[in-house]
Amino acid sequence: MAVSSAGSGGRRGSSMRLSLNDPTFRAIFWQIAVIGGFVLIVWWLISNTLHNLEVRAIATGWNFLSREAGFAIGESIIPFEPENTYSRALLVGILNTLRVSIIGIVLATILGTFVGIGRLSKNWLVSRICSVYVEFMRNLPLLVQLFFWWAMFQDAFPGPRQALQPVPGVFFSNRGIKIPIPAEHWVHGWMAAACIVGIVAGVFVRRWARARQATTGQQFPVFWASVGLALGLPFVVWLFGGAPVAMDWPALRGFNFQGGLTLTPEYAALLVGLVTYTGGFIAEIVRAGILAVPHGQTEAAAALGLRKGPMLQLVILPQALRVIIPPMTSQFLNLTKNSSLAVAIGYPDLVSIANTTLNQTGQAIEGIAVIMGAYLTVSLSISVFMNWYNKRIAFKER
Amino acid sequence: MSAVKAAQTTEAPMIELKKLNKWYGEFHVLKNIDFECRKGQKIVVCGPSGSGKSTMIRCINRLEEHQTGDLIVDGIELTNDIKNIEAIRREVGMVFQHFNLFPHLTVLENLTLAPIWVRKVPKKEAEETAMHFLKRVRIPEQANKYPGQLSGGQQQRVAIARSLCMKPKIMLFDEPTSALDPEMVKEVLDTMIELAREGMTMICVTHEMGFAKAVADKVVFMDKGEIVEANEPEPFFSNPQNERTKLFLSQILNH
Repeated sequence: MAVSSAGSGGRRGSSMRLSLNDPTFRAIFWQIAVIGGFVLIVWWLISNTLHNLEVRAIATGWNFLSREAGFAIGESIIPFEPENTYSRALLVGILNTLRVSIIGIVLATILGTFVGIGRLSKNWLVSRICSVYVEFMRNLPLLVQLFFWWAMFQDAFPGPRQALQPVPGVFFSNRGIKIPIPAEHWVHGWMAAACIVGIVAGVFVRRWARARQATTGQQFPVFWASVGLALGLPFVVWLFGGAPVAMDWPALRGFNFQGGLTLTPEYAALLVGLVTYTGGFIAEIVRAGILAVPHGQTEAAAALGLRKGPMLQLVILPQALRVIIPPMTSQFLNLTKNSSLAVAIGYPDLVSIANTTLNQTGQAIEGIAVIMGAYLTVSLSISVFMNWYNKRIAFKER
Repeated sequence: MSAVKAAQTTEAPMIELKKLNKWYGEFHVLKNIDFECRKGQKIVVCGPSGSGKSTMIRCINRLEEHQTGDLIVDGIELTNDIKNIEAIRREVGMVFQHFNLFPHLTVLENLTLAPIWVRKVPKKEAEETAMHFLKRVRIPEQANKYPGQLSGGQQQRVAIARSLCMKPKIMLFDEPTSALDPEMVKEVLDTMIELAREGMTMICVTHEMGFAKAVADKVVFMDKGEIVEANEPEPFFSNPQNERTKLFLSQILNH
């Protein structure tokens, strides 16, 4: 009798006993214990570190950021000289990391999607090639693959004087891949603006097409119209700008090429390595996503008379995406973090530059903090975006 | 009644299967099937599992491909020609055992998807039609919910409404009540009976013999890939001719 009344009292939560058998007390007790323990450990780590730094007479703080870096960086998308500061050097590193990650994510997604769909193909040869590709890529360590690609770009290609020229103006040599680009011209800025105007116009076309469908029933090829606007408007601007066709051709001067766009062996090796490796994983995710949509969905859509295209666009893909997005997020994050292996093949990414910085300044804690802060920011941004997208397309079940 | 039926026999059948054969690898699923369905007829197909009854009706809208024989729907011969397949699918609605509603779309979007994309109906009109059919299956208040939020019986009624929105001339039902809890079978059968009374041409694979007695013009019994017996419901149930039919009926009616 007494037991049952005590039990019901506890369930109602009207009174709390100072006993570990009381659920409310137990919950509070353990929370305080865990938080307290955590604070103690952090305090111990910090005080220990501060003490050791003092004993070894290492200056702490962020003053080094405004000092002169004094080292050169192999490649950069913003101007950089050894006289520039450490903070600019680190910025170069972050930009280099972003440059390989963002392009890598886009290319790996495209490659992975094709290979994933290819593995489901009824064509024996296509599906086998895709299977072999996937198994090969995910069963070899990424670092080994990066060394392989670097050796390919570094040693397998001839010197600049004997550079391969598969297409006139494009050169493959051990100094990297050289591609001609349009020579600088004032119209390029306007073309970029026209492209943005085209994309915005595409949004309005989409709205207009919906309104028209609602009243007349006619469909409008919104996608191709938008692509046309985004590419056509810059083209028109280019025509009005006098249609400049001057190109910046790479040319051999002395020991190396000048002009044009350069993909260094390091960048090319890192990009190809990351894309082919991550593409293998993405292929499996895409395949799993498509297989996860029940066959009944295809049948129902077919029975309603939907053709292959709209069926894929309106029924299969929206459902496959729900399965694909969460593991895809992980792969995007993996690719971004794996880009730090750049340090092994000499591509000046953030880790590589931060390493040099902390070697020169001795400020290891700050250096590591910069690396962690930068990766956390990038990774969390990807995460937040992908989670938002995932939530937006989630099923509503109750 | 018989006069009406006699008049109908002069018309060409809506669906005609002639010497239809189908194999899954070595397994002969459909053996020389001859079958026809006239306009307005309601035909119930029954038989033990694995007898080929689902496969037969799934051949009619090309969810399964037959290997030999002819299949003609509403005057259109079903061949590999994608135009013919599309034309037939526009005329033939289908209701599945597991509903197969699109879970990422609301009920209303499920109903308007095909009219908008296949029949090119304006969205407003498609939505009005959808609401009309939702009222007919008595769940207009669920229009903006998702399939996952409905009961099995409600989902199957949405599936029926979804097919009707395409204004089909023929409705195929592939065991529409087999996946439902017992208390939901009636609401779906009531919807189907109502549809039958309005004159829809229907072919229905089902074990609901009460439904067969109530609305069927003809009951077809299949076993091992063959049509064993076909008759009007009254003689079919009271006086089956074939031994296999007798055995099957005794198994499903006596409990």
